[in-house]
Amino acid sequence: MISRLLSAVGYATRGTLVNLGYAARSFVTVLRASGAVLRRPRLVTDQIHFIGNYSLVIIAVSGLFVGFVLGLQGYYTLNKYGSEQALGLLVALSLTRELGPVVTALLFAGRAGTSLTAEIGLMKAGEQLAAMEMMAVDPVRRVVVPRFWAGVIAMPLLAAIFSALGVFGGYIVGVQLIGVDEGAFWSQMQAGVDVWQDIANGVIKSVVFGFAVTFVAVFQGYEASPTPEGVARATTRTVVIASLGVLGLDFLLTALMFH
Amino acid sequence: MQQKSIDLWVGLFVLLGAAALLFLALKVGNMSSLSFQKTYPVTATFDNIGGLKPRAPVKSAGVVVGRVGDIRFDDKTFQALVTLDLDSEYKFPKDSSAKILTSGLLGEQYLGLDAGGDTRNLGSGDKITMTQSAIVLENLIGQFLYSKAAEGREGNN
Repeated sequence: MISRLLSAVGYATRGTLVNLGYAARSFVTVLRASGAVLRRPRLVTDQIHFIGNYSLVIIAVSGLFVGFVLGLQGYYTLNKYGSEQALGLLVALSLTRELGPVVTALLFAGRAGTSLTAEIGLMKAGEQLAAMEMMAVDPVRRVVVPRFWAGVIAMPLLAAIFSALGVFGGYIVGVQLIGVDEGAFWSQMQAGVDVWQDIANGVIKSVVFGFAVTFVAVFQGYEASPTPEGVARATTRTVVIASLGVLGLDFLLTALMFH
Repeated sequence: MQQKSIDLWVGLFVLLGAAALLFLALKVGNMSSLSFQKTYPVTATFDNIGGLKPRAPVKSAGVVVGRVGDIRFDDKTFQALVTLDLDSEYKFPKDSSAKILTSGLLGEQYLGLDAGGDTRNLGSGDKITMTQSAIVLENLIGQFLYSKAAEGREGNN
């Protein structure tokens, strides 16, 4: 009984480690094959269109509404201390440092990551990847690498758009609706938000998340079992792993950048 | 033709992202106040700088005329050596005095610059000799208690 339990735990641990090692090896493979992107930038442009442009609406709307809510909630809290002038600072800092990169990455995993996994998984199920290999076209170079880099490029841009629209949303609610002084809103924000400390760190975060989420998505698609059920499972795994990975990485990055 | 329109949309997307970044850097962050305006450095020594930090504003008559550049400890005089970067467009007399003030009761500390009456102006690398340290609340309370106690003793006599 106990020995069976022990062996099950050992088996599961070993399987996880093997998967992790295989994923790390694949990551290196993708990076090493990335030269293909420079030779055919068209492929990346197409994928940015597919990943970035189509995610734009959901990111923009979410950013705006997160800004609205931050404006309301922030006002509620700050008003208790009579310091509602600091609303702009609160909205801008929470967005650029934290919410912008993280929420964008979570939405990105749900909106773009799943479609990447499903697309590559179905290509595999339809034996298109095998067909490419038959024609001496490397599917990693032709399919995976352009999608990977498109995601890495699109993610920071989406996060910046999210943060900017969030600040705008906070401005609409805070200044236009509630009536916080406009001058104080912007000047406190500008006095308190540091370009390198806050904004650049947020951008670094979003780049790291872009790497993580997109890699998880293409890896899960590429390694999906070539059945409808396998693709469904792979898509679910993309969302779960990418979201948890983003939250874990976020803690790590915040702790590293925290002064 | 199809390819061209995709390129156009991708271009638009990238432009939007870049514009958002620019907005964050210029309007949300303080990149604009980190202007490329010319400044000249002036030094001042303080017994105690309290909570003064680099990049804190230097104000004269309430107007920002520069930023605190560098803060260092001088182990010869045991004083704080503060470098101020004053905007080149503002000139101050040589006998101007600097003091460390607090904006509001709990606000950030900044450096106040009061103009003197000298006809010569401060130049690059000059030193402000008349300075007043930050008011440290604990010292103030200590002095207050001490003077109260002294009063009490006089009353008893």
